[in-house]
Amino acid sequence: MTTVRLSRRAFLAGTSAATLLGATGALPAFAQPAETPKRGGTLTAIIQPEPVTLTPATNTAQPTQVIAGNIFDGLVYYDFDLTPRPSLAERWEVASDGLTITFHLRKGVTWHDGKPFTAADVKWTLENVWKTVHPRNRALFENVAETQTPDEHTVILKLSRPSLPILSVINAVGGPILPRHLYEGTDLLNNPYNNKPVGTGPFVFKEWKKGEYILLERNPNYWDPGKPYLDKIVFRVITDAAARAAAIEKGEVLYAPFNPVPFRDVERLAKLPNLKVETRGYEWLSPVLYLDLNVENTHLKDVRVRRAIAHALDREAIAKVVWFGYGKPAISPVPSTLASFFDDSVPRYAFDPRKAEALLDEAGFKRGADGTRFTLTHDPLPYGDDYRRTGEYLKQALKRVGIEVNLRAQDSAAFIKRVYVDRDFDISSSYNAAFPDPQIGVVREFWSGWLGTGTPWTNGSGYRNARVDEIIQSAAIAGDPAQRVKLFKEFQQIAVSDVPTLPLLELKFFTVHAAHLKGAVAQGDQVYAGLKNAWIDDGPRQN
Amino acid sequence: MAALAHLRRGFVQIAFVVLGIAIINFFLLRLAPGDAAQVMAGEAGSATPEYMAALRRQFGLDQPLHVQFFSYLKNVLTLNLGYSFRQGLPVSELIAHRVGPTLLLMGASIGFAITVGGTLGFLAARHAGKAADTIISILALLFYATPVFWVGVMLVVVFSVALDWLPVGGMITIEAGHTGLAYAWDVAQHLVLPTLTLGLFYLAIYTRLMRASMLEVYGQDFVRTARAKGVRAHRIAVRHVLRNALLPIVTTLGVQLGSVLGGAILVETVFSWPGLGRLAFEALFQRDLNLLLGILFCSSIVVVLINLAVDVIYTLLDPRISLGGTP
Repeated sequence: MTTVRLSRRAFLAGTSAATLLGATGALPAFAQPAETPKRGGTLTAIIQPEPVTLTPATNTAQPTQVIAGNIFDGLVYYDFDLTPRPSLAERWEVASDGLTITFHLRKGVTWHDGKPFTAADVKWTLENVWKTVHPRNRALFENVAETQTPDEHTVILKLSRPSLPILSVINAVGGPILPRHLYEGTDLLNNPYNNKPVGTGPFVFKEWKKGEYILLERNPNYWDPGKPYLDKIVFRVITDAAARAAAIEKGEVLYAPFNPVPFRDVERLAKLPNLKVETRGYEWLSPVLYLDLNVENTHLKDVRVRRAIAHALDREAIAKVVWFGYGKPAISPVPSTLASFFDDSVPRYAFDPRKAEALLDEAGFKRGADGTRFTLTHDPLPYGDDYRRTGEYLKQALKRVGIEVNLRAQDSAAFIKRVYVDRDFDISSSYNAAFPDPQIGVVREFWSGWLGTGTPWTNGSGYRNARVDEIIQSAAIAGDPAQRVKLFKEFQQIAVSDVPTLPLLELKFFTVHAAHLKGAVAQGDQVYAGLKNAWIDDGPRQN
Repeated sequence: MAALAHLRRGFVQIAFVVLGIAIINFFLLRLAPGDAAQVMAGEAGSATPEYMAALRRQFGLDQPLHVQFFSYLKNVLTLNLGYSFRQGLPVSELIAHRVGPTLLLMGASIGFAITVGGTLGFLAARHAGKAADTIISILALLFYATPVFWVGVMLVVVFSVALDWLPVGGMITIEAGHTGLAYAWDVAQHLVLPTLTLGLFYLAIYTRLMRASMLEVYGQDFVRTARAKGVRAHRIAVRHVLRNALLPIVTTLGVQLGSVLGGAILVETVFSWPGLGRLAFEALFQRDLNLLLGILFCSSIVVVLINLAVDVIYTLLDPRISLGGTP
């Protein structure tokens, strides 16, 4: 694969959204004068929950990445269609055998402490962070046999076997580059700079008052001329959902990503003229809500029972009623946003309670005298009301076909131990981020190699299928993109037919931001990227 | 002299009680399913066994339980609260950061509750059975029965969002960068709503307690005697009744002050107040045992000290009570 270099302006000029036009530095001829970005101002944003650390190299939790995207740059960033675009790497080449990847780095970039950013930083980070402790990247980079730096601005990855998903994770949070001069020879997990990060990004870390706020300031030496537009960003920790809604409504907060308020409130807030609710900017994540059906359970080990459950659930209703329209029915574990990998010819489980009952009868689980066939326990993901309500829907829907469901609640530590360590559950719900390549987020749920490791958000159902394992392992090291697509389509056919994990919805996360905050959503990995294109339009000004 | 001996004995007892509490806490908290590494790996969303092993090593969770226990015991005996790996800061520093806002909020709300609540209870008792008593009692019942978080949210909706008089939450206006008097004024504005929310609940308690306790004293013989002697009603209420009715108030105050470090989780959450209650609450969910043990340890010290102080105050209020046991 060779990449044609496309400037951001050319890309943006090709799109039609007005907010995007506002994000371009120079003014395209057809744009409204009112959309000229203005410099200055403080953006108050919500961060919730409070992050553990601010460096995404050792922790890939959501709040860490939301903040770190402003402080760090990636080699690339991702468009709405998930195409990588130049950031610290101006261009890159992948050899046709997939065994060599070359990045040409931007010149004249400096760290926030003034030291120059060079190929040595990339090499050090790859070898000491991405290949070792980084939770997501370890598997993707393990085949990088050697990292060469022929000059200060070229990095060449020599791979023993191809690893094409690399190109899907090298944005600011997926492949954060750490300053070698501050990290080399230190204990990575305990390095003090993890909590006062030094990056190359559009904003410089200033202060973290635990339990209250994190303050970032404009990087005056940013490599992208004129950007960022904002002087400061204050991320406030606001723990209560009602208080978040009040702060947003009042205008005390201008930017709040990752479903900051309950769906009930967002319906109301969306109608206010001073606010905008935006579901774009989450494409890089592409989250999918699913149920894990424990295949070791006496009833669920029968594939007919699992298919019956799939037929008993009305995913349209879950999307509309439970998730207030912030989701669309999923048919495959690979979401449709991953257009090239997504297979829409997988077996469909239409909402059909009669068919569900027939399958259950066939499996030998007839209704008893009280109308009940058997009882299961459901552990909803303990991340709030939406998952509990999904569980309540499951209870109702399965009761209709004769399966009694008991709901059980616990906190997240207990949930993780129950599902992934003790395996003491029947049905659990969860969501995963697919990322642009199924290798990264999707196959975790199906590969049997994870069983017994007690690792959260891996194979929860306990599914073992030799062919699926084989596909997953071949796709990881296939150098031909077309071959990988073929493998992943076969994977989807088997996974949907066996249905150990039942995909429910492709979730649409949302951001609420002030209507006068422009350019806040400009790319497909926006929620984890810097707000360098954002600017505050404080009233019309005649230029 | 007996009093001094009592205090000395008290302090020795305190040391053992606190140590005992610390040891029980250590084992009790380990009963919670899951550990800090699982929580962090869960939040990370994409963990590997290697990543979890690295976290466990960092947190010291890979050590056998008895090793963890003895290092904890050593820390407790040297008054070292340990390190919160999750927060990346020493526990003592984390507690120190949060203790100020906690004391401010609790002091303001308890102060508000005890003055206003005590006064209302006093008035209700003096006019027992009349209209004023009925109104005060109904109000107290209402405040007592309304959920604290609901009061908080309603106050925010009315005074912050609709009227725009006060800020929604937090302790300061961060972007303003105030100093000196402007800073104090800013904090005071942020303090109003959480204080009211928490204070209204406590106020109800003190009103009811003061009223009940005064009415009880009114029924006693020495009050009748005073009345028979012709002492004026106001003087009876203040000199004879109020002073004797204060004992239960002091007891309740002691109990409440004991929970000061626990803070007020709901109010701190609704108003994003950076207090200790929230810190402890989050530490529990995050299985940050070092931090949680540290907070519990400090709380237990505060509770026993306040109990001791309450004993002393009793003797000041009622000379019949002495610290050395039976006189």
